[in-house]
Amino acid sequence: MKEWKILGVLVIFTAILYIGVEPYAHSVMHPHVAPEDYKFTDLNDVKLKEQGNVKNGEALVQSNCIACHGLEAAGMSAPMDKATSASVYGVVPPDISSAGLIYDKNYLAHFIKNPAKASKVEHKFNESNPHPMPNYEWMSDDEINDMVAYLVSIAPSHVEDKKVFEEACARCHSMRYDKVKADSDVTAYMGSYPPDLSIIIRARSKEFLNTFINDPQKQLHGTAMPRVGLSEKSQEQVMNYLENVGDSKKQEREELAPWVLGYLVILAIFSYLWKVKIWREVH
Amino acid sequence: MAEIEKSEGIVDWLDQRLAIKKFNKVMMTEYWIPKDINFLWAMGVILASMFGVLLISGIFLLMYYKPDTAQAFDSVNYTIMQEVAYGWLFRHIHGVGASVIFLVIYIHMFTGIYYGSYKKGREMIWISGMLLFVLFSAEGFSGYMLPWGQMSYWAAYVITNIFGGIPIIGDELVVWIRGNFFVSDATLTRFFMLHVLLIPLMIMGAIGLHFYALRIPHVNTQTGDSIDFDAESERFLSGDKKNSKVIPFWPVFLAKDFFVLSTFLVFFFYLVFFHYNFAMDPVNFDPANDLKTPAHIYPEWYFLWSYEVLRGFFFDIFGISAFDLGLMAFAFANGVFFVLPWLDRSPTVAPANQRPYFKVWFWLLILVMIVLSVYGKLPPTGANAWVGFVSSVAFLVLFISLPLVTILERRSTK
Repeated sequence: MKEWKILGVLVIFTAILYIGVEPYAHSVMHPHVAPEDYKFTDLNDVKLKEQGNVKNGEALVQSNCIACHGLEAAGMSAPMDKATSASVYGVVPPDISSAGLIYDKNYLAHFIKNPAKASKVEHKFNESNPHPMPNYEWMSDDEINDMVAYLVSIAPSHVEDKKVFEEACARCHSMRYDKVKADSDVTAYMGSYPPDLSIIIRARSKEFLNTFINDPQKQLHGTAMPRVGLSEKSQEQVMNYLENVGDSKKQEREELAPWVLGYLVILAIFSYLWKVKIWREVH
Repeated sequence: MAEIEKSEGIVDWLDQRLAIKKFNKVMMTEYWIPKDINFLWAMGVILASMFGVLLISGIFLLMYYKPDTAQAFDSVNYTIMQEVAYGWLFRHIHGVGASVIFLVIYIHMFTGIYYGSYKKGREMIWISGMLLFVLFSAEGFSGYMLPWGQMSYWAAYVITNIFGGIPIIGDELVVWIRGNFFVSDATLTRFFMLHVLLIPLMIMGAIGLHFYALRIPHVNTQTGDSIDFDAESERFLSGDKKNSKVIPFWPVFLAKDFFVLSTFLVFFFYLVFFHYNFAMDPVNFDPANDLKTPAHIYPEWYFLWSYEVLRGFFFDIFGISAFDLGLMAFAFANGVFFVLPWLDRSPTVAPANQRPYFKVWFWLLILVMIVLSVYGKLPPTGANAWVGFVSSVAFLVLFISLPLVTILERRSTK
């Protein structure tokens, strides 16, 4: 009985200390932010249509996008190699073949209309230093809807986790532990080199990463990192990829745990029985 | 020379040359421990076992770790964590073990304080124990630097900087410790040496001293009663084991310790597999960057209370700068535990709950140290800074007032 009381005191004080220095202190240092918004409801300048005109969209994409973007899905490769376009634009314009799958449609429409606004980096650009991709504010909502419809129509039905990362993140971020190197060096734009994301899954909580990827400004106000507008599913794929590279032994860890813990529980039972046997002689 | 005869077997052969039977008696079967104890008396064996666990996991890590600022981070986070078979397991065991061993050290320490096990002949046990605490702290700090993450770098920067506050030699001392004008490759390599060689050697020596210091004054009981070990051990050996107040180290004492140890290991390995972030701070998975100060710099949880005493003094008092005040308080806080046996002026050896004044003092100390630890982690802004200041002062006052408290207690109970 007395030993249980001592154990109780020990557990209570350890728990108070633990709660104070871990969950409590961390909640003060990293306050909670609003959850992810995968519909990007703050963007409502373009009225979304269910059915756009794919044919018209194709014509518009042909005349407006492929001067800079590749469109491998339609057999058009990028007009310049990566190194050249990186030096011309500051960042490599992505191939837009799978844009219709990876990015949220509402986001995509608003990004076409005003890239800096949709990606929340207006504080980094102005008239003398415009966003590398021009605005298409002169377009009608219908035309924008047609382009989105076209991009959705040519997008593959599924892409690998790593591919989503390469499209959405790897133009600026490297992943050394998976031999992925950033397409462009955006140090001058960012003010510092965008971090390698190899083990970012261990360096930040999942909650932080999810809200941050969804809207970087929420966690790091004023950051130069754009909001990229990943759909919920694509973001899940990116998170999966980050975990597979950065915490590659997770499965092994979780599979080994029951064996080790089971062994120790059995050991504890036997050592208890042995203790009782030995102490019977002296009590 | 001893008379060597033809041996009757390997044990006898060894016994004739090494006196192993006698050795076994002295160290194990006739090394007497009081019977009146509880599971808190198992902390010593848990600590010794955990040191073994850290030593073995450390040896495995040492085979792949590279003490070079260009390679350290990847050698830990890629080679060990991802490439080497079960490297992640050894790192988790080592990282979590280093943190959990401090929990057990604190339990062990406060058990000693609660039961008054530092006085009446047991002063050297206490002092050698405090020496181990300091050595383990140095071991923990130097080890934390090795992965060369953000917290490794900035903790090294902040802590080595503390030595700059020492009068006259401070600035030169910091350069001498770092091996450079800033925290650099030379710093990492020398702390690596300290972590894997010099400090472990000193720890092993201090453990030997700590165990040896127990021999003459013997282990305390949970009532504080003194035992006639000669008479009680004779009673035990004569067969009256039930009425004897002592038990042999092997098998009786260790039987209980093994049970406590294996139960503890279930808890420990649960942390290793599922709940390790408290010991392996996520911030340290960002590579060291001398141009990017982390938003919050804090030490591992076991240093938080003394860190808070250091930064609790955030304004100048009587013309003494806040930095100097903090430094003096920090030095005091880390040294004062050593002289605890002489600050306690009461000769009574008894659990704190039977000592009317000391009881209050003890639980206040626990409270203050928990508050210090929590506020040592929180950002020191606004009201937090004042809580830190008040609890730092409370910590100092507690120790300064201990002689008075115990003298009053001695008089009141006479």
